[in-house]
Amino acid sequence: MNAPGVPMLAPKDFKSDYKPVWCPGCGDYSVLSAITKALATLGLRPENVAVVSGIGCSSRIPAYTTCYGFHGVHGRALPVATGLKAARPDLTVLVASGDGDGYSIGGNHFLHACRRNVDLTYIVMDNHVYGMTKGQPSPTTEPDWSSKLAPGGTGLREFHPLVIALASGANFIARAFSGDPNGCAALIAEAVRHPGFSFIEVLSPCVTFRPEQRGWKSMAHAAPVAPTDDPGRAARRLMTDDGFNIGVLYQGHRAPYRSGNGASQTVEALECQFRL
Amino acid sequence: MPVPTLEDFMARAYAMELEAHERYAQFAEQLDTHNNREVAEMFRQLSHIESLHAKRILEEMRWPSLPALPPAYAWDTPEGPETAPPDAVHYLMQPWHALEIALRCELQAQKYFEDIAAGEAPPGVRRAAVEMADEEREHVRLIRDWMRRVPQPESGWDEDPDPARATE
Repeated sequence: MNAPGVPMLAPKDFKSDYKPVWCPGCGDYSVLSAITKALATLGLRPENVAVVSGIGCSSRIPAYTTCYGFHGVHGRALPVATGLKAARPDLTVLVASGDGDGYSIGGNHFLHACRRNVDLTYIVMDNHVYGMTKGQPSPTTEPDWSSKLAPGGTGLREFHPLVIALASGANFIARAFSGDPNGCAALIAEAVRHPGFSFIEVLSPCVTFRPEQRGWKSMAHAAPVAPTDDPGRAARRLMTDDGFNIGVLYQGHRAPYRSGNGASQTVEALECQFRL
Repeated sequence: MPVPTLEDFMARAYAMELEAHERYAQFAEQLDTHNNREVAEMFRQLSHIESLHAKRILEEMRWPSLPALPPAYAWDTPEGPETAPPDAVHYLMQPWHALEIALRCELQAQKYFEDIAAGEAPPGVRRAAVEMADEEREHVRLIRDWMRRVPQPESGWDEDPDPARATE
């Protein structure tokens, strides 16, 4: 947080000089904008925030911020972020991913990050397609989505990330829509404030391979009910969810994982542990 | 969303212009990246125009510093009435399309102010809203003039014989 007397930063202070190379109209622009707005609203400073990602269009985000960044291995953003937070609990750690990186290649890490409940904010930009590699179906692609690469559709049922997150122990579950950058920023800020593992699925249209997703703006709607802290009730809601309920859908009270040692150890103490 | 004071009304008007300025600047960057320089330049001009509007409000109000901007959701829509939706652009779009976007935004802004002018806000706010609606009406006229001077796109403008992201 800002020290007393230090002026609050504006969202632009969290944007780097690198220009994003996403397709014009891509939802990820708005997510980037929402992240910078959220960090400014929270009164954070770039040097106190780390943004960790894997591979994919959405995983480009760390370079576009002035925060510390780590553009890691495909699907492995969460273990990197977990290690970082364990070693440096003073940092605010955001993790950026997409539906392919996060739910397929990194699917197993997703389960265990929810279970471990380390104080991270996991933002998954879901566009139901692998955009960077030219439009293959992803785990959240509808079974009947027909494309040149999957004629007639895959016939496979979609992965339900919010339900999986709840079942695996995530402490905060929300859905946002990139077409509402201010609302998205507010949800990200709330997720960062909430202790433990916070998961936000952001519906972020791929205008190139899924141009029909431009229609999401007429489908996204505020969740009709207030957030619940009852996992049973949340499970029923999420299982019957239409996929377009926007807002906080579950807020748990599990205490976040705290590392036993972390950065308080000196280099000498660490060396002692590895001495032969 | 009720507008109780003139100060609050002008802060919203300022926020509206600022959001529009930022969105057009964002579009200019996006089109620059995709080498559509003509449209990028047009968005840069639109962004500059919106920044001048914002600046004028600051000067008129003689605010010593930036006012407290309305919180998110101060609008009836996800973003300000003058802000183009984030997915409004296409890499092959032409200057006429950029102006078409701007026209839609100006018409929305005009309606926003007209609704306040016709509503139940205090008289001072309604008077200011009438003035702002007149200004937006003038912007609509200017953009329509501008559109007449720009070639209208032919059908199939978005067909790319060599798409950058082909799957074959």
